Amino acid sequence: MTFELFLQMFPIALMFSAPIILTALGGLFSERSGIVNIALEGIMMVGAFTGATVTVLLENVTPAAAWYGLLAGLLSGVVFSILHAVASINLKADQVISGTALNILASGLTVYLCQIIFHQQRTRAFSNGIQKFSVPGLSKIPVLGRMLFDQVYPTFYIAIAMVLITWFVVYKTPLGLRMRSCGEHPQAAASMGINVAKMRYFGVLVSGALGGLGGAVMVLTADIQYTLVSIHGTGFIALASLVFGKWNPFGVLGAGLFFGFSTALSFYAKDINFLAGLPGEFFYILPYLLTIIALLFFAGKSVGPKASGQIYDSGKR
Amino acid sequence: MTARKEKIVLPLIAVLLGFVLGSLIVILTGRSPLSMYAAIVKGFSGIDIVNGQPINTRYIGEFIIQAMPIILTGLSFAFASRTGLFSIGAEGQLMVGSIAATTVALLLQAPKAVHLPLVLLAGILGGALWGAIPGFLKARYNVHEVVVTIMMNYIALHFNNFVILHIFGSFDRVKTAPFPETALLKSPFLESITRQSRLNWGFIPVILAVVIFSFIINKTTFGYSLRAVGYNKEAARCAGMRVSRNIVASMAIAGAFAGLAGAVITVGTFNFGRVIQAAEGYGFDGIAVALVGGNEATGILLAGLLFGGLKAAQPLMQSQGIPREIAGIIQASIVLFVAMKFGIKMILDKFERKQAPTTEGDRV
Repeated sequence: MTFELFLQMFPIALMFSAPIILTALGGLFSERSGIVNIALEGIMMVGAFTGATVTVLLENVTPAAAWYGLLAGLLSGVVFSILHAVASINLKADQVISGTALNILASGLTVYLCQIIFHQQRTRAFSNGIQKFSVPGLSKIPVLGRMLFDQVYPTFYIAIAMVLITWFVVYKTPLGLRMRSCGEHPQAAASMGINVAKMRYFGVLVSGALGGLGGAVMVLTADIQYTLVSIHGTGFIALASLVFGKWNPFGVLGAGLFFGFSTALSFYAKDINFLAGLPGEFFYILPYLLTIIALLFFAGKSVGPKASGQIYDSGKR
Repeated sequence: MTARKEKIVLPLIAVLLGFVLGSLIVILTGRSPLSMYAAIVKGFSGIDIVNGQPINTRYIGEFIIQAMPIILTGLSFAFASRTGLFSIGAEGQLMVGSIAATTVALLLQAPKAVHLPLVLLAGILGGALWGAIPGFLKARYNVHEVVVTIMMNYIALHFNNFVILHIFGSFDRVKTAPFPETALLKSPFLESITRQSRLNWGFIPVILAVVIFSFIINKTTFGYSLRAVGYNKEAARCAGMRVSRNIVASMAIAGAFAGLAGAVITVGTFNFGRVIQAAEGYGFDGIAVALVGGNEATGILLAGLLFGGLKAAQPLMQSQGIPREIAGIIQASIVLFVAMKFGIKMILDKFERKQAPTTEGDRV
């Protein structure tokens, strides 16, 4: 693989990384507050559907349609995640089952609404998603400029900003501390006067917002319309990035970039001599295979929030 | 409420609420729930309420065809569930089962009495192998089975397409050459009594699987030790049970059920290996079936028939102007309500307590 090819891969890799990072940060909020959110995939689907739909519908009204699409995706994610919050916090549902239900619901609901709105099993194609741009000045830096600042989607910078914001909120604010305590030992948190249910609602709704945004980012940068297979497991890859990144925002950033590159590799494989002979299916498999391998190396060693996934029983000690 | 009554009442309430929610969505989107229910009735029985036509057995045949694989994937999820594992891998295990069945169906030449059982066995073994991998990773490296099984589904999907396209070859890039007659579950007799539906002998291995599931779980020491691991891993280890082995075995057997489903679809519903564009939802259908059926053989059989009928009604709904995805929405809602069973039970208990004093008062 030449260095030139490596540089060419960057914009595509960053494009795929952004939704993974955003969604995984969402998962971080949820799990740190003590709720396992396996519904990230479904939340992404809802966000992607809403983002694409709003973009299509506003296209002739405003040139910033895709940005309204991102916002709509974010909001739809929040609304959809309320279901998970109510089920797992108020009604004490098994969080994995509730999340699975939401994933099935998302695939049914989004395509159902496509049929109602567009009379087909996908949204109409939008003519312009989020546009690439080059950062003035910075893109002229040799090598580094081409890697990070030339012909990049602005959504990648949103993802980077969210990493910093997440780190600040989770580790440097009282809110973050309270939230984390609910994920480690909710009974102890409650004894200090922290409202566990409220904290967990916060965690789940933020995960809905970021997952919905992630889904909208994905469809508006990497696709031309929403279909049932637009997200194809990215929510689960985000979940794996969370484990791989040890529930830490910077770890998530690294893991997200890793998966972004593994996806980009499948696009450039035909240009790389020693990979060109392999069938295309091999490269489709690659991101999923790498996810398992990454989990294999990190799952045993990294430990997530202790109380994550357990039904909260205020009477337990 | 007694525990036994709860097991029957709570899923029924969940099913009822699921249909209520589904109807609400249909109404909110400006369609008629009545035509949806007419489609469902027709999907189950072939009775056409709208045009007043009597039973059409063809629909019954197609409905059973839809129920067969999801009963098997339901057994698959439930089996792993009994050992405390949440396996989402049935979809991929089903695909690998179907690749294995395709391989034996195409490459072997033998009389039907040998060929067909070997095809089914290949499906079972293929699924078992695909299931054993996440089981092994869980037992040996403590990797969470949920993410691994999902990833294995995507790998199976592309692996399936690789095998069909590059190894067996396909002149239309959609399917392989048709299988020889000796490999098929096809039955002219069953077709003739159901007005040329696709009904085939596949229901016999399905019923056998339900019986075997119940036998292993309830009547064998092995099944008992699997359940013990599901209830409390550490206690089971203390009692001398081999936890790691049980996890791998449980996942492999769960995979076997799903693999059989793949074989039944491949040599029953179809008679060729297929390229698959995206997951077909058999795995998630199976999860819904198992959860509604309370992870028990009889419950899974009934829930499988319910969701099979719903699937069979999908094209009928579509022709009534109701998007077919409503079936998935109803199914997901039912699963969500099953997940909320503690909450629903709390509400029911409150309701019963409110009622109780008045009856006591009457007695005084």
